[in-house]
Amino acid sequence: MITRVPNQKAWFMVLPVILLVAFNAVIPLMTVVNYSVQETFGNNVFFWEGFRWYEEVLRSERFHASMTRQIVFTSIVLLIEIPLGIAIALTMPRKGLGATLCLVLMSLPLLIPWNVVGAMWNIFALPEIGFLGHVVNSMGIDYNFTQQPISAWVTVIAMDVWHWTSLVVLLSYAGLTAIPEAFYHAAQIDTATKWQIFRYIQLPKIKHVLTIAILLRFMDSFMIYTEPFVLTGGGPGNSTTFLSTDLVKIALGQFDLGPAAAMSLIYFLIVLLLCWVFYTLMMRNEDQ
Amino acid sequence: MAEVRLQQIRHSYNVDAGEETEYALEKIDQVWEDGGAYALLGPSGCGKSTLLNIVSGLLQPTEGKVLFNNNDVTSTTPDQRNIAQIFQFPVVYDTMTVHDNLAFPLRNRKMGNAEIKERVKTVAEMLDLTASLNQRASGLTADGKQKISLGRGLVRSDVNIMMFDEPLTVIDPHLKWQLRTKLKQLHRQVGFTMVYVTHDQTEALTFADKVAVMFEGEVVQFGTPEELFLSPNHTFVGHFIGSPGMNFLPCELDEGFLVFSGNRIKKSAPITQPETTKKIELGVRPEFIKIDSNGFPVNIIRIDDIGRYRIVKVEHSGYFFNVYVPEEFEVPTENLRVSFDPQNTHIYCDGWLYDKKEPS
Repeated sequence: MITRVPNQKAWFMVLPVILLVAFNAVIPLMTVVNYSVQETFGNNVFFWEGFRWYEEVLRSERFHASMTRQIVFTSIVLLIEIPLGIAIALTMPRKGLGATLCLVLMSLPLLIPWNVVGAMWNIFALPEIGFLGHVVNSMGIDYNFTQQPISAWVTVIAMDVWHWTSLVVLLSYAGLTAIPEAFYHAAQIDTATKWQIFRYIQLPKIKHVLTIAILLRFMDSFMIYTEPFVLTGGGPGNSTTFLSTDLVKIALGQFDLGPAAAMSLIYFLIVLLLCWVFYTLMMRNEDQ
Repeated sequence: MAEVRLQQIRHSYNVDAGEETEYALEKIDQVWEDGGAYALLGPSGCGKSTLLNIVSGLLQPTEGKVLFNNNDVTSTTPDQRNIAQIFQFPVVYDTMTVHDNLAFPLRNRKMGNAEIKERVKTVAEMLDLTASLNQRASGLTADGKQKISLGRGLVRSDVNIMMFDEPLTVIDPHLKWQLRTKLKQLHRQVGFTMVYVTHDQTEALTFADKVAVMFEGEVVQFGTPEELFLSPNHTFVGHFIGSPGMNFLPCELDEGFLVFSGNRIKKSAPITQPETTKKIELGVRPEFIKIDSNGFPVNIIRIDDIGRYRIVKVEHSGYFFNVYVPEEFEVPTENLRVSFDPQNTHIYCDGWLYDKKEPS
């Protein structure tokens, strides 16, 4: 028998990773957890509060309102961007100069910093001097995103669609180009229609990249902050105040650290939960 | 079911390149009889897939005509030609069940439900897929999926020609043999004209009644497996068919005899070599070289034992060739003498068979 000499030195090899994860994830998160269960009056004086802040946040109408706005916003954005992105990817050329040109064109919005996007659309949509605002108003439609909630919503959604549809396009396009020619040949031999080709070949084949696209777009839109903040500042009134905008108001505007920390954690758990639900639903039927 | 005729087919992928047009296919003339089993055999890049795509209609030939039962179908699409094709990688509709996959081409052709059910059932039985009919196609193994794509062709009883583009590439070696036998059996059962494209000589020779060996865009020989073995038309066929391939050795024609390095091998029908010939060779398969005490002496270089026989690499005055020795024969370690079987030793001028008609 060969007896094994236990050698635990390998643990030292993983130590850097453990330290790294601790510093960039665990410790900041635990700080938030720490705040969320205590009350502070400054000078490092803390009082134990238990789950009071959680209850307060979950019962507050303000949280309910921004949560509703958030869910509506994310749903609309996903419903527009995903089909639109797939449709654009389907029409893009597969080869040659046209393909390169389209790819560059599609990547451009993704390269612009988020606050610049907000600022651009702010100026672009201003009712009097902005090109978009001016054109829409001169067509006889009353449009002023700084004063009308509907206009503000339309502008915020248009901005997000403009900024992020490209991501869906690029991912779908990558998925589509990976489909071997033989599938299209076989479909032609089987006299499949265009819709059947999409439904039975293209869609199943891009399912995985599409799942990634939906998850990314869901998370990003659910946590959106910079662009609406620059564009509308959450207004008019609270009409475009989404969860993260509200969170920043509570944490930095009112400096209510306890409720803000509790809200952060609830927010985090919701994103995590919804991602899991999305992923499980879309990956169901995978190994049957 | 159809008889397929290819007339003067030529194809180039860069027609617009002006004078430097490179032809992937050079003048193909073929007749595939109704209900026959054919194979296109050749190395990668010889144009066999190009030819297949021209027959199926996925590609338009630059020149020439494709005739199905004497109807010109050159400019029609694959669905108009009513063909079936099985690709290198299994093509199945992942989200559908096996049943729906098989029914798909029939539903698209507006066949009645009862009839579809009947056809699918029959084909599933032929392919041993009955047990997995209600399973999703994505869950099957590679050979199961390949059977489905085969089945989508078989369900249509009026298919003109069924084509296989290296269909066993992704199949496990131990299943290849099974599927190959299955294909052969199906061919007898359904009687479609079938064309099998491959670079594997075993697959081609076992499947097909007649094999077209392709090389650099040309069909260098079209014949039965036996013909390809006994009298290769071109040195390429000699090399490509058989393992190891045919031996090719420099030779001379002298006073009506074929002479290899001073040894008279046999009488040759053409008494002198044509003046334009640049290179003249004799070709003899390792199987037709015998250990013979009246032969000429050779030195043994290497012996490879391959179970039922041995391949002995020998040397004679600077030329190397392989000799095939069945296991019941001893290989003498010294003073080995061999002789070439005159009947099966051929003369090749610039690569092409020269003495097609043997002197009696």
